[in-house]
Amino acid sequence: MVGRQQPFDALLSRRAMLKQTAALTAGLGVTLRFTPHAWAADHPAMGTFPAGTSGDTVNIAASVPRTGTYAVQGEDELKGWQLAVEHINNGDPLLQKIAPKVKKGLLGKKVNLLAADSAAKPNQAVQEQQRFINENKIILMTGSTSSAVAVALNHFAQREKILYVTGISGSNDTTGKDCVRYSFRQNFYGETAANAIGPVLVKQFGKNRKAAFMTPDYTYGHTVTKSVNEYLSKNASWQMVTNQVSPLGTQDFSQYLTNIANSGAEFLINVNWGRDAVLSIQQAKQFGILPKMTLVVPYQIPFLAKETGPELTAGVYAATDFWWTLEDKYPLAKMFVEAFYKKYNYRPEWGANNAYMSFAIWARMVSEASSFYPPDIIKQYEKGITFASTVGDVHFRPQDHQLVRPVVIVRGKAPKDMKHNEDYWEVVEVVPGESLMQKPDAFGCSLGEYT
Amino acid sequence: MINWPTFVSQLFNGLVLGALLALISSGLTIIYGTLGVLNLAHGAMFMLGGYAGWLAYTQTNSFIIAVLAGSIFVMLVGVVMERLIIRHFYSRPHEDQLLVTFGLGIVFVEAVRFFFGSLSKTVSAPAGLVGITPLGFMFYPTYRLALLGIVVVALIALYLVLYRTRIGMVVRAGIEDSAMVDALGIDVYKIFMLVFGIGAMAAGFAGIVNAPVVSIAPDVGESILVQTFVVVVIGGVGSFPGAVLGGLIAGEIISITSMFNPGYSYVMLFVAMTLVLVLRPYGLLGTAARE
Repeated sequence: MVGRQQPFDALLSRRAMLKQTAALTAGLGVTLRFTPHAWAADHPAMGTFPAGTSGDTVNIAASVPRTGTYAVQGEDELKGWQLAVEHINNGDPLLQKIAPKVKKGLLGKKVNLLAADSAAKPNQAVQEQQRFINENKIILMTGSTSSAVAVALNHFAQREKILYVTGISGSNDTTGKDCVRYSFRQNFYGETAANAIGPVLVKQFGKNRKAAFMTPDYTYGHTVTKSVNEYLSKNASWQMVTNQVSPLGTQDFSQYLTNIANSGAEFLINVNWGRDAVLSIQQAKQFGILPKMTLVVPYQIPFLAKETGPELTAGVYAATDFWWTLEDKYPLAKMFVEAFYKKYNYRPEWGANNAYMSFAIWARMVSEASSFYPPDIIKQYEKGITFASTVGDVHFRPQDHQLVRPVVIVRGKAPKDMKHNEDYWEVVEVVPGESLMQKPDAFGCSLGEYT
Repeated sequence: MINWPTFVSQLFNGLVLGALLALISSGLTIIYGTLGVLNLAHGAMFMLGGYAGWLAYTQTNSFIIAVLAGSIFVMLVGVVMERLIIRHFYSRPHEDQLLVTFGLGIVFVEAVRFFFGSLSKTVSAPAGLVGITPLGFMFYPTYRLALLGIVVVALIALYLVLYRTRIGMVVRAGIEDSAMVDALGIDVYKIFMLVFGIGAMAAGFAGIVNAPVVSIAPDVGESILVQTFVVVVIGGVGSFPGAVLGGLIAGEIISITSMFNPGYSYVMLFVAMTLVLVLRPYGLLGTAARE
């Protein structure tokens, strides 16, 4: 008996040790629970990965202006994102044209969109996204409608290792000197806008003209004005007689317009955006500057014509990302406009299209990569594979994460030519994107690390 | 860009800009002077005046009725606000007063956004005041010229009420020493309500007469509020003449700086405010006694 006692003791102590190990494992449970998702050593935990994808729902978040100068455009964007998420979750045929591997949901998970009001302020947007990361373990960020926000979220995305797809952002810097590995832009920007609208202006109005610029005082305004002015002065000897820089959210433009009225300009090239554009154009009319000078809008503003009235936008040339009459040219545009109209009862502006497309593209990349691991998704984007969009075939440029996509030139319709109350613009030209873009490194883009 | 015609034009434009700032600021300053409450909802009052006027305008198509509706509505809002909320804050610390008026401002703005959306609304200028008027040195919008006249008349009316009536005398006495006014057997709370109403009305009136110039949106009061603070600080907190002087100075600084470098218009405004704060902490026409 004594002889048998020893192994029993040994067994006991082994049992005790097993117990201890179990307790230890339970204590470490928080970290160990997720290891099966981080399949291998090449998928280490980073950002909110894999915690953000462990449940049956993945969260993504938008910080979008719902108040302030860009509120009107922000609401339109938000609707585009909401529609895209709905389409991802129910495997809509339109979404499947862009992202064929998306069934219902993304890699078997439901996508949930969170949103907060950024008021187009960079600090506010970053704080909100930080909160979404902490509380909701979001795996994708979006938002902007101000390049100041886009640039801030770019750097934030790179630091936090969370993917970011920009909302509306027209600055050259977003995929230029402030580009990052973790951010992607769908829409057109200063340089492509300038190179698309420039030839149209020169063809229409000739060389050696005098132009006054109105520029909002931040990265978007400065880069767009620079690109447009460089094109016109180099290629057609246009002269910038004055550049009126105003802060975002200006109400009264009288002092700027007084300078323009006295400048001898023939053209008013208005880079202001959102409500700033509406107010500056209305007030330019009050000062008699319009229609004396010819108005040009190099970076189109959603709802501009609706807010100023079509009398003021009649005959105005603008470069834009999307206009709903493209439904006659592109089948996907038709599907998008119809789906949007059905849900929201108006035809989408370009902010909504950009929002929809940027999420649809993200869904495509995730489903093609078949992984939520951020570097896998980034590398999928960087393959530069051509895919279908609402403006025809497009692809990403791997060097700066800018979508190569056409720029649409539109001209404002006179009220008498409008077929209904949303028929504000006619598409003059759809300019292919490739030739409009600067060399990938021309604006100082260096993408940074994957991990 | 820097030449005589532009300079004269900017000088004139500064006058128009300044007059409007003066009117809005005078409302803010008399409320603060009398009640000691810094009304952070003043910008929202400006906005409410615009919307009430716009609503009346869409119903009647009359600009006069719009102006009356905008002013009276905001005066009523001011009176009700004072009765129900503000009076409970007179004896509470300044930060509580700031928080409650700030909160009310947000409520007003978001309520308007809820009912009318973010898209801006336009109120047309009266038929006779549309178009431009040649001034010799420049063409100027006719309505803005009229606006200068309207604002000057409103400021004179406010001056007459404050300096030539018995009520005005009591109000001014209240600004100097409300405890003494109370001790003299005058119901100082009735005066407070009246002052709040008049101050709010100044903002509401400015909101609707300014609507044909800038068109209205829920956020329209936000930037105006900041500018009126600067005006009040420059002119002297609680001083009606100070608000007028501060308004004109602010208008001229914004306008004339833009001639040299438009990017610095508002920067210079704050530089001026800082200078005043350093050199004359109570403002150009303010006095230390009011604290």
